[in-house]
Amino acid sequence: MNASLFKSLEFRAGLVSLLIFVFILAVWHAATLQSAPAPAPTTPVSAEQAEYDKLMGKSAPAAGETAKTTGFPTLAQMGSTVVKQLSNPFYDNGPNDKGIAIQLAYSLARVGLGFLIACLVAIPLGFVIGMSPLLRRAFDPFIQVLKPISPLAWMPLALYTIKDSSISGVFVIFICSVWPMLLNTAFGVASVKREWLNVASTLEVKPLRKALKVILPAAAPTILTGMRISMGIAWLVIVAAEMLVGGTGIGYFVWNEWNNLSLTNVIFAILVIGVVGMLLDLFFARLQRAVTYVE
Amino acid sequence: MDGFLRVEKLGKAFAADKPVFSDVSFKLDRGEFVCIIGHSGCGKTTILNVIAGLDTASTGHVFMDGREVAGPSLERGVVFQSHALMPWLTVRKNIAFAVESRWPEKKASQIDEAVRAAVELVGLTAAIDKLPSQLSGGMKQRVGIARAFAIQPKMLLLDEPFGALDALTRGTIQEELISIVRKTQQTVFMITHDVDEAILLADRILLMKNGGETDAGYVPGGVGEVVVNTLPKDRNRRNLHHLDGYYELRNNIVDFLVTRAKH
Ligand SMILES: Nc1ncnc2c1ncn2[C@@H]1O[C@H](COP(=O)(O)OP(=O)(O)OP(=O)(O)O)[C@@H](O)[C@H]1O
Ligand SMILES: [Mg+2]
Repeated sequence: MNASLFKSLEFRAGLVSLLIFVFILAVWHAATLQSAPAPAPTTPVSAEQAEYDKLMGKSAPAAGETAKTTGFPTLAQMGSTVVKQLSNPFYDNGPNDKGIAIQLAYSLARVGLGFLIACLVAIPLGFVIGMSPLLRRAFDPFIQVLKPISPLAWMPLALYTIKDSSISGVFVIFICSVWPMLLNTAFGVASVKREWLNVASTLEVKPLRKALKVILPAAAPTILTGMRISMGIAWLVIVAAEMLVGGTGIGYFVWNEWNNLSLTNVIFAILVIGVVGMLLDLFFARLQRAVTYVE
Repeated sequence: MDGFLRVEKLGKAFAADKPVFSDVSFKLDRGEFVCIIGHSGCGKTTILNVIAGLDTASTGHVFMDGREVAGPSLERGVVFQSHALMPWLTVRKNIAFAVESRWPEKKASQIDEAVRAAVELVGLTAAIDKLPSQLSGGMKQRVGIARAFAIQPKMLLLDEPFGALDALTRGTIQEELISIVRKTQQTVFMITHDVDEAILLADRILLMKNGGETDAGYVPGGVGEVVVNTLPKDRNRRNLHHLDGYYELRNNIVDFLVTRAKH
């Protein structure tokens, strides 16, 4: 029992993962050891170097923020930031200083809303396009042109017409998640096996029942693949969008902490973005597995 | 008898000048079992699909019970060559889908009862909650047959239902089919490639000719000959080969396929 546990591939892989993690921490630690004390430069510095030092906060330490002033953070500084952030994730000290959970909630709400609207548009439309070769051809040029546009390119237009940064963020999420879902739904619906449709026809199944009971389950794995891709893209885009428009959200948090020159907070936010993205993907992978069938 | 199913001057052309077959006419009486045999590509599936209402003919008409066939109908149960079960549904739910379609007003308990009766008919009660992917090819084909019977159609259309099965499994299911058809007095139209299968099951056998080029130009295919099966009704797989007249019947069909089926 124990022996097989140690031999199992998963266990060994986990062990190697742990080693890699420890190695990364060790490299980080070693790299920041020398720079951490950061003795005041004795040699005359060039203008650029002085400017750089200033940027990095070396020559003008902000009061009470000593941890931020010593270049790349050490592991200890990083650890204390993580503990500090996680121990009080819900604080709200005004527009520029909110806890990580609040910022995350803003981002997730925007992604969730934009994604939901995209689902409501893409899945019915994809159904129609997938069932009608005529509409498929009619819509194709629009989809081909609109799909490759970076979602952020829509931002100025969205800001101008909607005049609200938060809703513009939702719109950008909508526009980036709609295409993979639309294309996958149309493809999934179009490639439902002829024989299943024939069975439905010989049983005189009504169109709506056919759509829900035959086409939807048959195309569900493909549709969910589209949703999973869309969610991945949406989570990439929300960070950039929030950096651009500011206000709230995890993307704004990163940008704000960079302006505060708090690298530990920036790194912490990066890790949070990664973990949340992974959890979202895992969630959709679960859903995908639930609707996948073996032929 | 006027013919329960009447196929009149049926023709189908995918390319306008070269119809696959033309002028196909035949009748099926109620309770009759008719097989159609012919080389690959002669248009058997097309004829069956037209009768089912899944395809439309270029010329001609099909009448069932005095009414023209205009589209698919619950009155004609179809067993597809590739079983066509929905892989995301269990055996029970696959058949329940058909039963619900036939009798939308039935209660869940009545539906389940009908499903179980159909599954028992083909001897699959033990596998009723399995997915199609967990069944063997023969079992899947049985579920397809159970599904077609469950809706109590007026006639059955079978497109090479046993084509993908090994000889042993095929034999067992053939006998099951015979007993179910006798019990239910079904009218059956079936496509097969297997001469012995046709002789075992059919009351009449339609032999189809392929279309092809002759000296006089292109000639479309069609039903070349009709063979009436004179062997006794109680024939089975074991005694078939010893019956008087079996070899003449078999030789006649094989000769047709080898020498007379091509133009
Ligand atoms: N959609 C189609 N478009 C063009 N030609 C077709 C189409 N469907 C069938 N055909 C042609 O019609 C002919 C008859 O096809 P069909 O499927 O009815 O043959 P079959 O007798 O059932 O053959 P098999 O025994 O191989 O199943 C074939 O030659 C085929 O090439
Ligand atoms: Mg065929």
